[in-house]
Amino acid sequence: MVMAHTADPQPVVHKPHGWRRWLFATNHKDIGTLYLWFAFCMFLVGGVLALCIRTELFRPGLQFFQPALFNQLTTLHGLIMVFGAIMPAFTGLANWMLPLMLGAPDMAFARMNNWSFWLLPPAMALLLLSFLVPGGAAATGWTLYAPLSVQLGMGMDLTIFAIHILGVSSIMGAINIVVTIINLRAPGMPMMRMPMFAWASLITAYLIIAVMPVLAGAVTMVLTDRHFGTHFFNAAGGGDPILYQHVFWFFGHPEVYIMALPAFGIVSQVIPTFARKPLFGYTSMVYATSSIGVLSFMVWAHHMFVTGMPATAQLFFMYATMLIAVPTGVKVFNWIATMWEGSMSFETPMLFAIGFILLFTIGGLSGVTLSVAAVDVQLHGSYYVVAHFHYVLVAGALFSLFAAVYYWFPKMTGRMYGERLGKLHFWWSLLWFNVTFFPMHFLGLAGMPRRIPDYALQFTTFNQIASVGAFMFGLGQLIFLFNILHSLRHGKTAPQQPWEGANTLEWRLPTPAPYHSFHEAPELETAENGVVLDMRGGKHG
Amino acid sequence: MAVLDEHPQTHYFVPAPSRWPALGAVALFCLGLGAAFAVNGMSLGWWSLALGVLILLRMLFGWFGDVIGENQLGRYHGQEGMSFRWGMGWFIFSEVMLFGAFFAALFWVRLVALPTLGSLDYKLLYPDFSASWPLLTAPQPGQAYQAMEAWGLPALNTLILLSSGATLTWAHWGLMLGRRAQLKLGLFITIALGLSFLSLQAIEYHHAWTAQQLTLSAGGYGMTFYMLTGLHGMHVLLGSIILLVVWLRVLRGHFDAQRHFAFAAAAWYWHFVDVVWLLLFVFVYWL
Repeated sequence: MVMAHTADPQPVVHKPHGWRRWLFATNHKDIGTLYLWFAFCMFLVGGVLALCIRTELFRPGLQFFQPALFNQLTTLHGLIMVFGAIMPAFTGLANWMLPLMLGAPDMAFARMNNWSFWLLPPAMALLLLSFLVPGGAAATGWTLYAPLSVQLGMGMDLTIFAIHILGVSSIMGAINIVVTIINLRAPGMPMMRMPMFAWASLITAYLIIAVMPVLAGAVTMVLTDRHFGTHFFNAAGGGDPILYQHVFWFFGHPEVYIMALPAFGIVSQVIPTFARKPLFGYTSMVYATSSIGVLSFMVWAHHMFVTGMPATAQLFFMYATMLIAVPTGVKVFNWIATMWEGSMSFETPMLFAIGFILLFTIGGLSGVTLSVAAVDVQLHGSYYVVAHFHYVLVAGALFSLFAAVYYWFPKMTGRMYGERLGKLHFWWSLLWFNVTFFPMHFLGLAGMPRRIPDYALQFTTFNQIASVGAFMFGLGQLIFLFNILHSLRHGKTAPQQPWEGANTLEWRLPTPAPYHSFHEAPELETAENGVVLDMRGGKHG
Repeated sequence: MAVLDEHPQTHYFVPAPSRWPALGAVALFCLGLGAAFAVNGMSLGWWSLALGVLILLRMLFGWFGDVIGENQLGRYHGQEGMSFRWGMGWFIFSEVMLFGAFFAALFWVRLVALPTLGSLDYKLLYPDFSASWPLLTAPQPGQAYQAMEAWGLPALNTLILLSSGATLTWAHWGLMLGRRAQLKLGLFITIALGLSFLSLQAIEYHHAWTAQQLTLSAGGYGMTFYMLTGLHGMHVLLGSIILLVVWLRVLRGHFDAQRHFAFAAAAWYWHFVDVVWLLLFVFVYWL
């Protein structure tokens, strides 16, 4: 067989044009762009579903949606935001930035990368199609709890197969990220100096590979219970509905960190840049991220405190959950310490990053509250939980995504975004986010259950405030869309180094980043958190 | 690891744009849609499933053909080889977790669900039920059935699968020492053993389903038995197909002592399937 011992020049890949460029893409930047736009579209779809929910909840009584349809709206809102918006957006950023930050020519498996992305539209199509079949979409909530999920119509089957496809997609995407980080770092970029965003992506990808198959197993058991006569979740045959919850949350809790860890990574890049100081406690950040990756597998049953667990199990899961506050606290401390005596400036990415720290901490603390088993018995399934996880996922994951898009927009496109509109977007989002979700804490404490289209009269005022906030928050995202679309064409030309304090590898590239970057691996001299001190070589194709 | 280039590698191979992934996405859409329709008794679903399978086969042949062609042209060096090895390793880890979900179901049923249902708390609901394993009568009894016997065909199958691991290693030695005849024979025997395993498994299933009345709906015992061994059987089938492709490539003169990622990956997969079977034999058939 042919053995090539000399360095084999790559076939020159011309940049394809038209639809082929996107459909057949093997370029990490093109695929990253596809991910980001797809995620934004799904964010709008999921957002419209959320606004439907808030419309119905503006007043007590049933106005617009019957309970069955209302439950479908909450279910699809959750599934679309988790699997269609947040996860693909982080994967898209990892695609775009990891090769640039690590000095790699592309992702490790460029063709598989394409498949990971192009499996998303079919999966989301199956999910949305489920609205149209007899019985409608899944009406279980995003957790798809048995026995309800075993009893629903064929919309549930479409959901199950959509989740299978989403699982294939995200496992391949995650393997790509892990292998790129392990194997494609440029010489002089050791693991213990690489950017925190790469560390966060690595641990996230590991979590995805570990738990998406478990979710696939859970929904497969639902499928066989529905159609092939098994009794996994039916006590009459020796099964147990609680089994579903255990298997689901074994996936579900690491899933929470799959949506949070990349946000930590982004903030750990943005804060040092605009504080013009190196990240405080880099090594402890790495260990904190890794220990969250381990602990996240040992806390799942805190979602199930009211299922009648033995007291010892409740105590174990309660304390294990509280333990996660330690590494998370280390991170928050480090971010604040990075800003301490820094020469700070407050461009839009920094605003979103600081907003993230503030609001994510609130969400984290309400999480510690919920982890107390005795308290959770009161708050379980209430709007307090809804408030908690929206502080973590909207002000956490979503705000970090906005920070990332504003931060890297100049490198991606070669143009600056509109700073005034960016700041408006931030303050608008910050204000209306809190108007929407802060009252939900009070609603939950007062006893309003989640996933119910109607409520008792005394909850009206807070619900009306939340509904107004939600519509205003949604409107604010159009500022973002306009800013991006306008800046793509008319934005000021960006310099190679738009941020004074940014010193990771991607800023050593021309702006916009060349279509094929680091065609040849550069030789680097680095400091912690991916800071590049010196670079030699590194040709671009 | 496998490839030692004389010069340090300066380029990492990035493939040109490819139509196979998009075709694969179409295939999975047809499969997902078809499966959802088919399980609800709509004949349209079967057509969609068949179409999906055809497209998927076309895609797999095209994609793997491209990869093998690139390899033959010498596009892959040490760093690409490492990527492939890491990729396969993480894929097998994801498979471990998939089996983990079903093993979790088995242990939950045996250690938690059944003892609880047989306890005093549930006497009002299921007065005649007593917990035991293998579970021969569900809390709500259906048709009577018999459990599997470990020391018949399953023990023979264990022997077959363990031997196939040995013959595969023997073939690997042949590859490393340049003894092509040993490599070809070893692979052939491994595949033959894999197919014998599957045939015996089919005979066993037929006997269990008809003579022992053990079906998927036979409560906690039947469902875990069929789901776990069925999932494993599908993996043996896939492993056999992978080994068959490797064998055909060996016949064409592919692979040598340095460059044989496909062989190594197939072997890892086969050993993984082997280990899963040992766990199945112990926890599903024997104990």
